[in-house]
Amino acid sequence: MQIDLRTVSIQPLRQTFDHLARRFGDKPASRYQEGSYDIQAAENLHYKPTWDPDQDLYDTKITKIVMKDWYALKDPRQFYYSTYTLARARQQDTTEANFVFVESRGLADMLPPALRDTALNVLVPLRHAAWGANQNNTLICGYGYGAVFTQPCIYHAMDNLGIAQYLSRLGLLLGDTEALDAAKAAWLDDPVWQPLRRYVEDTLVLRDPFEVFVAQNVALDGLLYPLVYGRIVDDFLSAQGASAVAMLTQFMTDWFDETKKWVDAVLKVAAAESDDNRAVLQDWIAAWSARAASALLPVAEIALGANADAAVGEELAGFRTRIQKTGITI
Amino acid sequence: MSTVFIALQANEETRPIIEAIEIDNPHAVVNRQPAMVKIDAPNRLVIRKETIEEQIGRAFDLQELHINLITLGGNVDEDDETLTLSWAE
Amino acid sequence: MDMKATKKKLGLKEKYRVMTRDLGWEPGYHTKEEIFPYATYEGIKVHDWDKWEDPFRLTMDAYWKYQAEKERKFYAIIDAHAQNNGHLNITDGRYLSALKVFLQAISPGEYAAHKGFSRVGREFPGVGTQVACQMQAIDEIRHAQTQIHALSNYNKYYNGFHAFADARDRMWYNTVARSFFDDAMSAGPFEFMIAIGFSFEYVLTNLLFVPFMSGAAYNGDMATVTFGFSAQSDEARHMTLGLECIKFMLEQDPDNLPIVQGWLDKWFWRGFRVLGLVSTMMDYMLPKRVMSWREAWEIYGVENGGALFKDLARYGIRPPKGWDDAEKATDHMSHQIMLGLYQWSFGTSLHSWIPSDEDMAWLSAKYPTTFDKYYRPRWEHIRKLAAEGKQFKNFGLAKLCQTCQLPIVFTEPDDPTMACHRETTYKGEKYHFCSDGCQHVFENEPEKYIQAWLPMPALFAELEGDIGKWMDWVSLRDGQDNGDYVGSVDQRNFEQWRGLATSNS
Repeated sequence: MQIDLRTVSIQPLRQTFDHLARRFGDKPASRYQEGSYDIQAAENLHYKPTWDPDQDLYDTKITKIVMKDWYALKDPRQFYYSTYTLARARQQDTTEANFVFVESRGLADMLPPALRDTALNVLVPLRHAAWGANQNNTLICGYGYGAVFTQPCIYHAMDNLGIAQYLSRLGLLLGDTEALDAAKAAWLDDPVWQPLRRYVEDTLVLRDPFEVFVAQNVALDGLLYPLVYGRIVDDFLSAQGASAVAMLTQFMTDWFDETKKWVDAVLKVAAAESDDNRAVLQDWIAAWSARAASALLPVAEIALGANADAAVGEELAGFRTRIQKTGITI
Repeated sequence: MSTVFIALQANEETRPIIEAIEIDNPHAVVNRQPAMVKIDAPNRLVIRKETIEEQIGRAFDLQELHINLITLGGNVDEDDETLTLSWAE
Repeated sequence: MDMKATKKKLGLKEKYRVMTRDLGWEPGYHTKEEIFPYATYEGIKVHDWDKWEDPFRLTMDAYWKYQAEKERKFYAIIDAHAQNNGHLNITDGRYLSALKVFLQAISPGEYAAHKGFSRVGREFPGVGTQVACQMQAIDEIRHAQTQIHALSNYNKYYNGFHAFADARDRMWYNTVARSFFDDAMSAGPFEFMIAIGFSFEYVLTNLLFVPFMSGAAYNGDMATVTFGFSAQSDEARHMTLGLECIKFMLEQDPDNLPIVQGWLDKWFWRGFRVLGLVSTMMDYMLPKRVMSWREAWEIYGVENGGALFKDLARYGIRPPKGWDDAEKATDHMSHQIMLGLYQWSFGTSLHSWIPSDEDMAWLSAKYPTTFDKYYRPRWEHIRKLAAEGKQFKNFGLAKLCQTCQLPIVFTEPDDPTMACHRETTYKGEKYHFCSDGCQHVFENEPEKYIQAWLPMPALFAELEGDIGKWMDWVSLRDGQDNGDYVGSVDQRNFEQWRGLATSNS
């Protein structure tokens, strides 16, 4: 029997799940809401973690930031798995096309050797920094509280990994496996990279998920991305005829523009929650951004030489202006 | 003897893949179930990129298998050309 | 230098090494112990993390590309299902109970797995292992979300779905799955991998998803088929991760064998008990059945699990301790749990029912040695009471097992006429268990399991045994969400709406 179910007009009993109706009223919920709010176990947790019996399995007390409702930290992009993955798949299509374009036209070989070396020296060691960012965001996702705050962090972590892999491909394209080996040696031993490596390792021993968020996503990336991908790649290298490099790092530029909206939204809501939160965030951001700026200075010098100091200073000023808009003064 | 297996969604994309698996593994048994096809083989099953490409007439990346994969049993070994499932004899 | 002339073509394995493992480095400013503080306390010895092999070697670009393709397909079908009243395509409204169990108990487990894999994706000191675990972490939130999205439309038309988030934390039968995942997450990173990555994903997940999703296909539920098979395409990766992980641990040091074997014994039994709910879904809740729980156990338990443990024998691994008891329980468990659900159906956010003559004929054909002998008489007795207008209800509260938290409704492995009940006294308190397996799990870690949150004592402590208050507290609407399917609002609506679709009146 063939039945046409579309012709049946029936009234739904309810529009959404109880927990969403309590938050937003009984109206159809968005897929972001359904996939994010209250989906983490909230009470009657059974056992204390054997890895740290002082903590609860999901614990709001492991950070200095206090929120009445952790689900207030909404992601303005409203990313859930599907929207996130579709967005990145589109970007990866573009990036792939860019790599193919650079490779098939032999643009890498046409780069002046000095510029190519600068690009390799600045960019390839950053794949290790991106790996540090991956671990940090994985930690925030694992131990932070509530899916609205934590799910963007696993997306961010996978982005960090993707960026580390794009930087590796860039190294292979411009300098083969030797470029990766040289970059790793520089990351481990070259004095130029030690302040940044030390910064990254210092963040890897933090255990307050919100401080990790600040040290990594706010302070370090907030300075590194505009400095490296904006000033050094898009401005300095491109102006000298190495725009092929900018094609290979377009993902990073676009990604930073998109993700900083989320980072700012989290800061803004957390700071607005209480003066205590604002003071904690202020201290963290001031301390970590000062360290990040000085760690990035020798990296900027690889490309910008004597102009590096002024460039980092300007980026720091721009960073302060950006943070100011979230209600935090440094 | 232990059975290795792979199950794929039954759809137009997997039809030629299943044919390729049958060509490369004459000892395999194909079980067609609602919405899925399960292929069992004693100890070992090899999936070859080249055979799939012959069936579909275009380049195929073995990682495309993930899109329609339902489950598998056996130790997995994958390289550019083949994906092998096996149990220790 | 001519770059082109020197460029090397990297194979899949070498490219993957460059793209993942090579990203890590030996820390110089902090010790590995400071960065990875939980990597050693369980006693697992790892000498070389680089020996870890990830068989699928997905880089992020490929991950995004293939996963996006899966997502596009999935949401296209879900949208069409909602727009076309796809819920009226299911064979019968009874089928909805299986979906209610799924949303209340399994989907929250997917989220817990997401959190757990994020944690171990940070805590393991090897890059290859971290990346594999992180990919599973992001997959698991996908599964939680696709399930909620697929079942969201059912919630609009049927009862029992609306309070899944409340039921997850408070409903007595949901603590079975909740305590299972809490147990794994409160363990160290290596045990978590054996618990979820290996025991659950490799040994048991096929038993959950494959027959259940085929069941959804048989019963006209395109939404569930779609999320099930879409999730399974990730599970194949996860299963392989679990298998690689156990082999890695066993190859790294012979001292790891007894620890791993102990976890395997524990987690096989814990997982088998959780799947008790699935056995009931398969044997009772699918109006049109694909295969019995027994048949599924033969394929995915006996045959596939058997092959697996034969393969692992080269490392000295033996089949898990509870294997024989599981085999003996397989012909009984679905009947025992369904009888339990029926007698306590006033307190469940799903409907149960008395099997029809046709159902019972099927059950006796599938369970020739047990159904007619032990369970048909009980169902017939219950049916006789119902015909006299007396629904069989047990208002006495179920005694729950301290470990698995299922009601103590099972029988002795070697005597199906004897109820199985075990007790242990620890620090002056008496604890109850449903089986030897659960008693052993408790006795190996009593300090952990005495912490378990048991819903029945809580009912008395907090709500003074008031059933009405308890129903409010678990967001169960009496007369709508609970009780027998026959006469329920779900039955009335489903039949009426189907009638609208199939006639002109």
